Amino acid sequence: MTDTVNSPSRAGRHFDIPKIAKDLVVTALIATAIFGSTIAFRTVSASGGLSLELRFAEAFYVIAAVVFGRLLLWIFFWSKAPGQPAVSVPTGLKQGFRAFGAKFGKVFGPAMLLLALVFPFLPTTDRYLLDLSILILTYIMLGWGLNIVVGLAGLLDLGYVAFYAIGAYSYALLAQYFGFSFWMCLPLAGILAAFWGIILGFPVLRLRGDYLAIVTLAFGEIIRVVLLNWYQFTGGPDGLSGIPRPSFFGIPFNRSEGGFADLFGLDYSSIHRIIFMYFLILVLALITNFVTNRLRRLPIGRAWEALREDEIACRSLGLNTTSVKLTAFAIGAMFAGFAGSFFATRQGFISPESFTFIESALILAIVVLGGMGSQVGVVIASIAMIGGFELFREAEQYRMLIFGLAMVVIMIWRPRGLISTRIPSIFLKERKAVSADMVAQGEGH
Amino acid sequence: MEYFLQQLINGITLGSIYGLIAIGYTMVYGIIGMINFAHGDIFMVSSFIALIVITALGVTVSTGLGMTFLALILVLVSAMVIASVFGWTTERLAYRPLRGSFRLAPLITAIGISIVLQNYIQITQGARVKPLQPLIADGYTLMTRVDANGEFAVQISNMQILIIVVTIVLMTIFSLIIAKTSLGRAQRACEQDRKMASLLGINVDRTISTTFVMGAALAAVAGLMFLLYYGVIDFFIGFIAGVKAFTAAVLGGIGSLPGAMLGGLVIGLIETFWSAYFSVEYKDVAAFSMLAIVLIFLPQGLLGKPEVEKV
Repeated sequence: MTDTVNSPSRAGRHFDIPKIAKDLVVTALIATAIFGSTIAFRTVSASGGLSLELRFAEAFYVIAAVVFGRLLLWIFFWSKAPGQPAVSVPTGLKQGFRAFGAKFGKVFGPAMLLLALVFPFLPTTDRYLLDLSILILTYIMLGWGLNIVVGLAGLLDLGYVAFYAIGAYSYALLAQYFGFSFWMCLPLAGILAAFWGIILGFPVLRLRGDYLAIVTLAFGEIIRVVLLNWYQFTGGPDGLSGIPRPSFFGIPFNRSEGGFADLFGLDYSSIHRIIFMYFLILVLALITNFVTNRLRRLPIGRAWEALREDEIACRSLGLNTTSVKLTAFAIGAMFAGFAGSFFATRQGFISPESFTFIESALILAIVVLGGMGSQVGVVIASIAMIGGFELFREAEQYRMLIFGLAMVVIMIWRPRGLISTRIPSIFLKERKAVSADMVAQGEGH
Repeated sequence: MEYFLQQLINGITLGSIYGLIAIGYTMVYGIIGMINFAHGDIFMVSSFIALIVITALGVTVSTGLGMTFLALILVLVSAMVIASVFGWTTERLAYRPLRGSFRLAPLITAIGISIVLQNYIQITQGARVKPLQPLIADGYTLMTRVDANGEFAVQISNMQILIIVVTIVLMTIFSLIIAKTSLGRAQRACEQDRKMASLLGINVDRTISTTFVMGAALAAVAGLMFLLYYGVIDFFIGFIAGVKAFTAAVLGGIGSLPGAMLGGLVIGLIETFWSAYFSVEYKDVAAFSMLAIVLIFLPQGLLGKPEVEKV
C-alpha cells in the first residue's frame, strides 16, 4: 500500500512505516541485549565475594538513545526512494568542491610547511600547544615511516611500534652504558632498528598479507615482553630514566656559562629547548618525507609499488620479491628507530608501557585513514587523531572508546582513506592523479 | 614423570579453551578471509556476562551439585545468546558495509571494534580484576609418588574434566553442523566461492552472519570456562587470548575446524610446558615464536590445505 502512495518515481521521502517499526523493535531488542546486560548490571567487589550494582536508568537512557538515533537515521537518510542517494548534493556544489579540492591540494603541502616553520614563533603558541605539536609531528614521522611499509610496499605491519621501541631503548642504553651523545646515537638507533627489521623480515616476509600481520604483531609483543622481563638490562617495568637531553649541536640548554642562552645572548628560558625539540622532530619528519618521495622515483620505490599491486606479476618479471620487501621493511624500521630515539630524548624516561599494541594500531590507523600511500593524508590523519585525542582529554575514560568508534566510522565512511587519489610516480607527458576507484587492490598479498 | 603428567593435564585444559576461541577465528577467516580481530574481545565480554549472571543467580561453591549444574547451564546459555548478539552486531555494523572493499579496511574496523569493546567494558564494569570464588571444587588423584622430596600427586580437578568434556561435546556438535546440515553446506559453499554460492541461491550475507554468531557462541563457552578455571577476569584478557587463539588457528591450518582444535591443544601444551620447565615470564614469547616457526616451515598449518596462488 505504501508503494502506491509513495511510488519510487516520485521524489521525496518514502516511509515504509511497518518496516521501520519492525526495524526499531529489533534495534531495541539488540540494544537491550548489549547494553541491558553490561550497563544495567555492574559487578562490584563486596565483602564475601561479588555483588551487583543495578543501573537500570542508565541502561534505559542508552537504549532509548540508540533507538532514537536509528529513528533519526530512518527519517533523514534512509527514507529516500530506492536508487536515489541518501543525501543529494547539487552537482554544481559537488564540482565546486572538487575544483576547490584540487586547488587546495596543491597549496596544502607548502602552506602546512610554512605554518610548521613559523608555528613556534606565533604569539598564540604556548608551551602546551608546542608539546602537542611535537607529539603530532612524532606521529606524522611514524606514519610516514610506516607508509613505506604499508602504503608503498603493501605489507601489513602490526608490530611497527617494536622498531620504535628498539630505537628508544637503543638510545637510552647507549647513553647509559657508553655515554654516547644524542647525535651519535640517532644514526645508531636507526641502524639497529633497520637491522632488527632485516632479522625479523628475512624469515617472515614470504608470508601472505594477513599472516604477515599476525607475525609482526607477535614480534611486537615479544619485544615488549622481553623489555618487560629483562630487569638487569632494560630496567623491566620500571623503565629507564635520566636519559640525557639533546644539546644544540654540543651546546647544552642550561643556565650555565657557554649554555645556549648565554652564547646567543638570550635570557634563559626553558622554552628554548622545547622549540629546539620541535624543529628537531620537524626536520626528522621532513627527512622521512623527502627520502620516501625520492625513493618512490628510484627503481626500488617502483618495485615496492609494483609489489603492492601484484606480487605474482613482479615475480614473473624477475624481481626478487624478498629483497624488495626487505628493503621496505628495513627502511620503514629505520625511520621508526629515529623517531624512537627522539621520543626517548624528549621524554627523558621510557618504559615498555609506551610501546603497547595500541600504539601500533594508532600509527596504522593514521596511515590507513589518511589514505594508504598518501603523504598529505598522514599529516591530516595525525592532526585529526592526536588533536582529537587531546580534545577528549577531559573525558579520560571515554576517549579510547571514542577513538575506537571514530576508527570504525571513518573507515566505513571512506574505506580508502581521506586522501584516496594516487599520484603515479612515472607518467607520460602529463601527471594525473588517479582516483582510488581506478586502482587495483593494493592490499599486500 | 608425574610432574610431566600433571602439566599435560593442565596443558590440555588450557588448550581446550584456546581451541574453542580458535574455531571462531578459523570459521570467519575461512568464509570471508578476514582476521576478526575483535573475536578475542567477544570472548572477554562473554566472560563478563557469565560473571554477571553467576553473581545474579548467587551461585557459590556451597550450592548443591544439581543446582550448580542447572545454574551453570543457564549461565552458559545466556552468555552464548548475548555474545552472539555482540558478534552479530559487530558483523552487521562494522564488517558488512566493507564487504568487497579493499582487504585492509575490515581489519582496521576490527581493531577499532576491539578497542571499543575493551574500553566499553572498562567503563561499564570497572578496570579492576574481578575475582570469582571457585564454584566447582574437588577432583581426582590419579597417582601419587612419595620420594625424598615429599609427596607429589597427579590430580585432575572436576573443573578440568568439565572443560575437556564440554569442549569435546561442542566440537562434535559443531563438526556435525558443518558436515551434515544445510547450513554447514551453505557455509562450505561460501567458503569455496562466494559469488557462485549466491548464484545458486544461498543467502551469503545471512550465512556469514551465522558464522559470526556461531564463533561468538563458542567464544562465550570459552569465556565461561576461562572464568571458572582461573577465577579472575579483567577487560584485557581478550587481547592475549585472542592472539594466542589466532596462533592456534594458523598453526592448525586456517579454515579447518579440527585444525583449530589441534592447534589450540599444541599452543596450550607449549605454553604450559614452557612455564613449567623454563620460565613463566616468557611463555607468551614461546607461543608467538612457535607461530613464526610454523608459518615459515609449514605455511599451510598442520591440517590445512596448501593454498594455490592464482593470478
